Amino acid sequence: MGRYILRRLIISVPTLMGISLIIFVILALAPGDPLSQFANNPEVPIEVRERVRTSLGLDDPVHVRYVKWVSQLMQGDLGYSFATRSSVTGLILQRLPNTLAILGVAFVIGVALAIPIGILSAVKRYSLFDHSATTIAFIGFSVPSFFTGLVLILIFSVNLRWFPFIYDSTVVVRDLPSLAAQVRQSIMPIAILTLIYAATTMRYVRAEMLENMPQDYVRTARAKGLGSGTVVRRHVLRNSLIPVITLVALGIPNIFTGAVITEQIFSVPGIGHLLILSISTADTPVVMAVTFIFAVLVVVFNLVADVLYAVADPRIRYS
Amino acid sequence: MTADRAALGVALPLARPPRSLWGDAWRQFRSHRLALAGSFVLAVLVLGTLVGPYIYRVPTNDIDFTRVLSGPSLEHPFGTDELGRDILARALQGGRVSIAVGIAAVSVGITLGVLIGAIAGFFARADGPLMRLTDMFISLPDLPLLLLVIMLFRDSLRGLLGPVTGIFVLIVVLIGALNWMGVARLVRAAFLSLKQREFVVAARVVGASDGRLISHHILPNALGPVIVSATIGVGGAIITESALSFLGLGFPPGEPTWGRLLFEAQSHLDTAPHFAIFPGLLISLTVLSINYIGDGLRDALDPRRTP
Repeated sequence: MGRYILRRLIISVPTLMGISLIIFVILALAPGDPLSQFANNPEVPIEVRERVRTSLGLDDPVHVRYVKWVSQLMQGDLGYSFATRSSVTGLILQRLPNTLAILGVAFVIGVALAIPIGILSAVKRYSLFDHSATTIAFIGFSVPSFFTGLVLILIFSVNLRWFPFIYDSTVVVRDLPSLAAQVRQSIMPIAILTLIYAATTMRYVRAEMLENMPQDYVRTARAKGLGSGTVVRRHVLRNSLIPVITLVALGIPNIFTGAVITEQIFSVPGIGHLLILSISTADTPVVMAVTFIFAVLVVVFNLVADVLYAVADPRIRYS
Repeated sequence: MTADRAALGVALPLARPPRSLWGDAWRQFRSHRLALAGSFVLAVLVLGTLVGPYIYRVPTNDIDFTRVLSGPSLEHPFGTDELGRDILARALQGGRVSIAVGIAAVSVGITLGVLIGAIAGFFARADGPLMRLTDMFISLPDLPLLLLVIMLFRDSLRGLLGPVTGIFVLIVVLIGALNWMGVARLVRAAFLSLKQREFVVAARVVGASDGRLISHHILPNALGPVIVSATIGVGGAIITESALSFLGLGFPPGEPTWGRLLFEAQSHLDTAPHFAIFPGLLISLTVLSINYIGDGLRDALDPRRTP
């Protein structure tokens, strides 16, 4: 197992290199030399500018700049923000926990809802439960998250006044009231993301269950006298979840898209919110770094999915 | 032939008309009620945005400060926005852009996907590198990347092609360039299994060139899943464009796409909920009907599911 994980880790290096190359080429092709804004600032005297340009290596050939950028990246140095003059790594580390917390909770709840609902839908195909579940799932993944978000705000913040619609980042969980405040302000962002994950995952689970149920091995299991609950749990479900893991992994980039939008709607101070903020101030180093961090997260979660796949499917050998 | 059989006394089921692939598909599609309903709703929405502005002749930019953010009324069925402009008229105009972006972006994506998938599936030597490329594109975080490119290239394209055309081309090309991977994989898989089949080998023996084999023999047999994926892709592209506009980074303020309307409505949620609800419903209805059509097409075009 350890060797398998190591092998997968090594395979993801070229992917990350490719992604970093894409981001770098986009910036190199961009008009107006966006990375050297500071070095081109006319208020800075020419000699200082020249020194800054040399120290930043802006006059080096493109491939040299790329190698320098990547080696800095690998040391965790993402440069400095134009807007705040603080280190980009610091800015991201400060906000990443918020994003991961909301994404993680939503993901766990979403999957925990999707698997039982998907199973029940498939087992009781064409029942009232199946029809309502598939319809809700269909709506859940068709209606864009920014509209679901606005509707939730309309219902729960404007009309019912249950939850605040602006996320207050100064809340620190110390006692029961502050915990309650934190929970109340997290419910709506988490609910939107949960709906998306649950809807897509439930459809996959249902489809895979239906694919497996008429198969011969299921009939064999029944024929040897297993109860239908055992057949579904031990035989059908296990085989159905294997492709579901792949499908969920393929949707991981979308998960982060949802996070950017949700953070923006509720002003949750995560990296998605940071991304939009830095775009409005043309803070290129931050935008570039956040884009790259999103790519790293996608690759990492794909890796996790691959490892889970190997755990779930005994046919995969770790050689 | 018929005479021979008649002479032999074989009863032919002549009453049944000949069945074709597309005829079967249509019969199957018709039986999917939600897909039919989706087609109807989508037709109404598309016609509405195309013809609507000629019938509903309220100007889109008529600023009227006496009726700012007023709710739906006979005069303004969808109400008015923060400058007193008619929301229905703006939604009809913006819907054209949203739908056009969806269709154009998917055309770009499908073209790329079919091309890359066909090359990878047909030429074994290109398969490895092209699939690595596909895998890498699948790991790209699309929204952040879209935002990065739009931020960097928006102004220069605006100067080159004008404010609306520039951003239209940019968004369409970008969404297309980030959404071809699924199609490429489908087409490659279909090519790999089809190119060994007897009819393709027969065509090759007769002397058909590679290009002809691809375009006349293999590709038509691989189109089913591509059509389904294109249909659903239009919905996805409309959502992506709306998301960009909703974040304030899509079309300029003069172009009221549905996402842009939601962006403007966001700050008036407490006083004018209608401002957000109507454009949001239009996006949702469009995407929902497109997805139901895609679902129906999948059932209709998948030969395994046809009874």
